[in-house]
Amino acid sequence: MAPTGSARRPGATRVPPVVLAFVLVPLLAEAFWVFWPALQGFSLSLTSWDGLSAPTFVGLGNFSEMLHDTVFRTAAINTVLWLLLFGGLSAALGLGAALLLQQERRGIGFYRAALFLPVVFSLVATALVWQAMYQPDGLINHVLQAVGLGGWKHAWLADQDTAFYAVIVPALWRQVGYVMVLYLAGLKGIDPVLYEAAKVDGATRVQQFRHITLPQLRSVNAVVLSVIVIDSLRSFDVVWALTRGGPYHSSELLSTYMYSTAFQSLRLGYGSALAVVIFVLAFGVIVSYLVRAFREAD
Amino acid sequence: MTATRTTAHIETTEAAAPHRPAPRGRALRTTGFHLTAGLLSALWLLPIVLVLLTSTRTFDDIAAHGVGSRPHSFTLDGFRQAWVDGGQQRALINSMLVTVPTVLLSLGLASMAAFALSRYALPFRRVLLLLMLGGNLLPPQILLIPVSKLSELLGIYDRLYALIGVQVGFGVGFYVFVLHGFMRAIPAEIQQAAVIDGANPWQIYRRVVLPLARPALAALSALSFTWIFNDLLWAITVLRTEDRMPVTASLIGLQGQYVSMWNVIAAGSVIAAAPTVAVFLRFQRHFVAGLNLGAVK
Repeated sequence: MAPTGSARRPGATRVPPVVLAFVLVPLLAEAFWVFWPALQGFSLSLTSWDGLSAPTFVGLGNFSEMLHDTVFRTAAINTVLWLLLFGGLSAALGLGAALLLQQERRGIGFYRAALFLPVVFSLVATALVWQAMYQPDGLINHVLQAVGLGGWKHAWLADQDTAFYAVIVPALWRQVGYVMVLYLAGLKGIDPVLYEAAKVDGATRVQQFRHITLPQLRSVNAVVLSVIVIDSLRSFDVVWALTRGGPYHSSELLSTYMYSTAFQSLRLGYGSALAVVIFVLAFGVIVSYLVRAFREAD
Repeated sequence: MTATRTTAHIETTEAAAPHRPAPRGRALRTTGFHLTAGLLSALWLLPIVLVLLTSTRTFDDIAAHGVGSRPHSFTLDGFRQAWVDGGQQRALINSMLVTVPTVLLSLGLASMAAFALSRYALPFRRVLLLLMLGGNLLPPQILLIPVSKLSELLGIYDRLYALIGVQVGFGVGFYVFVLHGFMRAIPAEIQQAAVIDGANPWQIYRRVVLPLARPALAALSALSFTWIFNDLLWAITVLRTEDRMPVTASLIGLQGQYVSMWNVIAAGSVIAAAPTVAVFLRFQRHFVAGLNLGAVK
């Protein structure tokens, strides 16, 4: 883009009508399906509504109800835990995989593709594959038996103590390849001269990693963080397909609780209020992401 | 950073390996690398191999030996049951009926908006751009209830159009943002030359900018295909009838219908994953580039 186009192209300030339409049509589509519904979502959060009769205004009643809602508390804690565990582990494992697979050498394409293949799977298919592994007579219990840990055998998804963690594993299996790709691109962007100079100065591999690799990956880290937070708050498919939030809400996330409250219990006002909570959690990330984007769009 | 630069990174590899250790140490290190990477890949591929094996076993075999045992049988009956009785054929058609128009429509609209915003001095263009991106970053949960009511109101609830509409509306902001980054890197001189030749904006868009943005469009198509094809949340929000559900939602139905018939469920998963895996294998390069395109920002 010619920065402030008018400086270079004096004639360009007059925008042809067709160009205006080019922007307005997509913008209207988005306004119709996103902005307008979002505003409605906020106003619905202040109502009690069963979807049939007219919504009744209850002010902040839905939000004060959450304070005493134990399922909400479980779902909120699980969402934060999901963010930390799923987010932290996928970032760490993705970076690890990228560091391992960064050099171009024989067979590297195969290894990368293997780690990356799950990214294209739908989370529903992923969930079902793992559900088979978690069955009482499934692979995981078979392996435990075979290595002499038969005592650890478990109905992984049916136990309240393990269901949540059992759901995270497939989500991670799918996410690591994605994060790896982001880091691989970041690692390739680092100027090799930096490493040359460090070696001349006698820096060890660990020192090179700490003082060159990590600082140089700062902008990628910010991207990975945004991706992870947004993905975590949106996470729905894998939990819905594996446990629907059960048993006894032990794997409930805010997103699954919102969906079941709205569309199964038909408490649309309360569901909207839960969605607002998810929005508020996401908001900080969205804003910092947009601020970055704003700077770069300059 | 612009999109062009990232794609360039992918081409320029092989630069960072200056220090050569002694031959013996290198051989040892290479073996160590292949052992680690090979083990990791095997671990990652294991669930996929397992689902392929499970999908070709008979129900009796699984019932007798457990879903985690080695296969004692081979049959494609699971596929037949999932495809015909389980409705996966219909669901796959639905998925394609939604995915293909959505990809074309949202990329078409997004490329127009990106063209206008990146090549013309529109007022508030930066605000518009970020507003559109912001819409895509909203958590979809806030939209679910209003969108399902809106589609009821319009009389398109439980129709594939509703799904296409919401997918286009929700996705377009992100594609505009990425394509904008790509298109603004196109030199102004090319456009000026076209103007001097008497080209109108539509011709510039169609004949000059769109062809130049092809790498980004290819990458985004590959990426958005998998996103839209794999979606579950929007589908179960605006659709109700079993026969209209896309393949992801139908897979959940299959899971309920064929409880513990793991051969059928596994076959269904294979069917649901096949199109995106095919796109990935065919367009792997574009696909990976696409993930980076989005992430550069």
